[in-house]
Amino acid sequence: MKPKVAFFDFASCEGCQLAILNCEDILLDILNLVNLVEFREAISEKAPRYDIAFVEGSIHRDEDIERLQNLRSRTTVLVALGACACNGCVQARSNFVAPAVNYEAVYGEDARNRVQVDADFWSLWSHTRVRPLDAVVKVDAYLRGCPVVPAEFLHLVKSMLRGTTPYFPPDAVCVECKKNGNECVLERGETCMGPITWGGCNSICVNNGYVCDGCRGTLPHANIQSHITLMREHNIKDEDIRSRYRLFLGAEPIGRGV
Amino acid sequence: MDLREKTFNIDVNHVTRVEGHGRIIVSTREGAVKEVKLSITEANRFFENFVKGMNPSQIPWIVSRICGICCVGHQMTATKAVESALGIEVSPQTVLLRKLLTESQFMQSHLLHVYFLAVPDYLGVQSVLPLAKTHPEVVKRALRLKKLSNDYTTVFGGRMLHPMANTLKGWRKLPDLDAVAGLRKRLLDAIPDLKETVRIMKTLKIPPYERETEYVSLKHPDEYALYDGAVYSSDTKSSVPVDEYRDVTNEFTVAHCTTKWSRWHRDSYFVGALARVNNNFEQLLPEAKQAADELGLKVPCYNPYMNNVAQVVEVVHCAYNGVRMLDEVLGGGLKAEDVAYEVKAGRGVGSCEVPRGILFHDYTFDENGRCVDANAVIPTSQNINNVEQDMKAFVPEMLPGMSREELTLHMEMLLRAYDPCISCSVHMLDVEFVD
Repeated sequence: MKPKVAFFDFASCEGCQLAILNCEDILLDILNLVNLVEFREAISEKAPRYDIAFVEGSIHRDEDIERLQNLRSRTTVLVALGACACNGCVQARSNFVAPAVNYEAVYGEDARNRVQVDADFWSLWSHTRVRPLDAVVKVDAYLRGCPVVPAEFLHLVKSMLRGTTPYFPPDAVCVECKKNGNECVLERGETCMGPITWGGCNSICVNNGYVCDGCRGTLPHANIQSHITLMREHNIKDEDIRSRYRLFLGAEPIGRGV
Repeated sequence: MDLREKTFNIDVNHVTRVEGHGRIIVSTREGAVKEVKLSITEANRFFENFVKGMNPSQIPWIVSRICGICCVGHQMTATKAVESALGIEVSPQTVLLRKLLTESQFMQSHLLHVYFLAVPDYLGVQSVLPLAKTHPEVVKRALRLKKLSNDYTTVFGGRMLHPMANTLKGWRKLPDLDAVAGLRKRLLDAIPDLKETVRIMKTLKIPPYERETEYVSLKHPDEYALYDGAVYSSDTKSSVPVDEYRDVTNEFTVAHCTTKWSRWHRDSYFVGALARVNNNFEQLLPEAKQAADELGLKVPCYNPYMNNVAQVVEVVHCAYNGVRMLDEVLGGGLKAEDVAYEVKAGRGVGSCEVPRGILFHDYTFDENGRCVDANAVIPTSQNINNVEQDMKAFVPEMLPGMSREELTLHMEMLLRAYDPCISCSVHMLDVEFVD
């Protein structure tokens, strides 16, 4: 029987689901092999149980936690889709500021006070802290990056259809970057998160003249201290190093510690 | 059906085929409308507060993450705002490349919306998926056109989502001219597909509901305003400078939405493809005007469901204008430019049209070039008030002749016609009918 596949999203730009829709060449072939039962961004059907659930977005409120736990209980495999789901992405920067301060800064004091008197809408406005999915439920596989890499999505789908475990080598972005023959970003005197960041993106940002901001999250055995020393040796100011660690990694323990 | 039986509680939570989470609440009693509410339920992400402390070039790169579908629009608008704050002037080459990147995203977003999100309603199916079996040629054409638009963005941005090749002042890595030439050929080859898109659109039965409102868009003296212009209102028939956007948007909050609302000269206003076509019809390219004519879009048009038609008209405009701009790139070539800049204290406002309407970004920097204040006013948050006003006007008109299911569908279609981008505006949607 074709596996039942579903897509869900929490706080995110929904770009990772779009990245999947953008696999135009093979989209119809994949759809012949799976039974797509939920994809709110593109379809209106709903189903009670899934074999594979792809979940995009980070978790901010109690109602999000309940929704995630509910769908975890209804799926065999749960895949974190993209940086928001895997490590909190850029919005985790808001964890460095109290929620009430954020509400006031973005919506104004009146709004914050009005919400406090309308109990029907409390749950809407109950933001506490930005968390990746695995801070709340067990995650079976991670598709990293902001946005996800279509080739990794395909590898994962193919593996799961074959009944094998998808393998994503724990190599730093530097490995691919060197293969691509790029000049080292650190040598250019700019900050680079490449040495501690999960590869698999083919160093696309550096290939296009930018740096690695670490959107794919830190490697399991990343030597953070050595990375910081390396950046200092290249005359990068601590302020800039901290700013990079807090750009995409605010929800990771390391993002909080630097 | 006896109107006294028309006591509906319709509650559609997590409306599908829109970007982001929203809810529609319609409550009727014995044929009278008691309550119509559009509630945006998306979680907050607080972009405007967490960009504080970032340096100028980081801002466009990060705020791109406000929305996947209109990431280019957020980048362009933020780029212009930051450049304005720092007093950075850009070259004609940079402006040309930005217009190409901007229009590539209009094609991508409009085509995705029309084919994947709106057309299924008109063909009476739940999604584009069943169409793969019943209308395979439609789905394959949709995928071809979407791929073309995505590749268009990739040529100029380095990738389709959250592009990184562009930055303040110019390009970190210039587009490859061979790829530009290849793209030009593919755009020309896609013209039969575009003509077929217009033909399909023509067969769709658009609900005939009208409500005149204020239409707001950019307006530019020399061109159909997408990348640049001043803020034009159909009410005053005049423009105000982009810097005065706060007088335009007049944002306010309501408890049932995690998005802010806007109003200008009346209770609400409309932004997006229909507003642009209404305000700037004369500046569309002849091919786009012809498409509008074929599709029965006459300006001014007061039917919000026609926004989908206006999107198709803009796709035609962008395709032909794209070929023209690509010729300009190929004719003049591209030269590498220095993208280094000096930081200074200052505030800057930027505005672009993005697929869903006019977008404003506003940043302030201290003398060290650190962002100290930020504000973004998103098309969907400007529109959401107008959608609710439309619902309030249309529900009493629709109620006598429609079943609960038809009414629900028409409310969802209305919301989808606006092509809401809820991630963007939440700082937003679900349909709910309540007794």
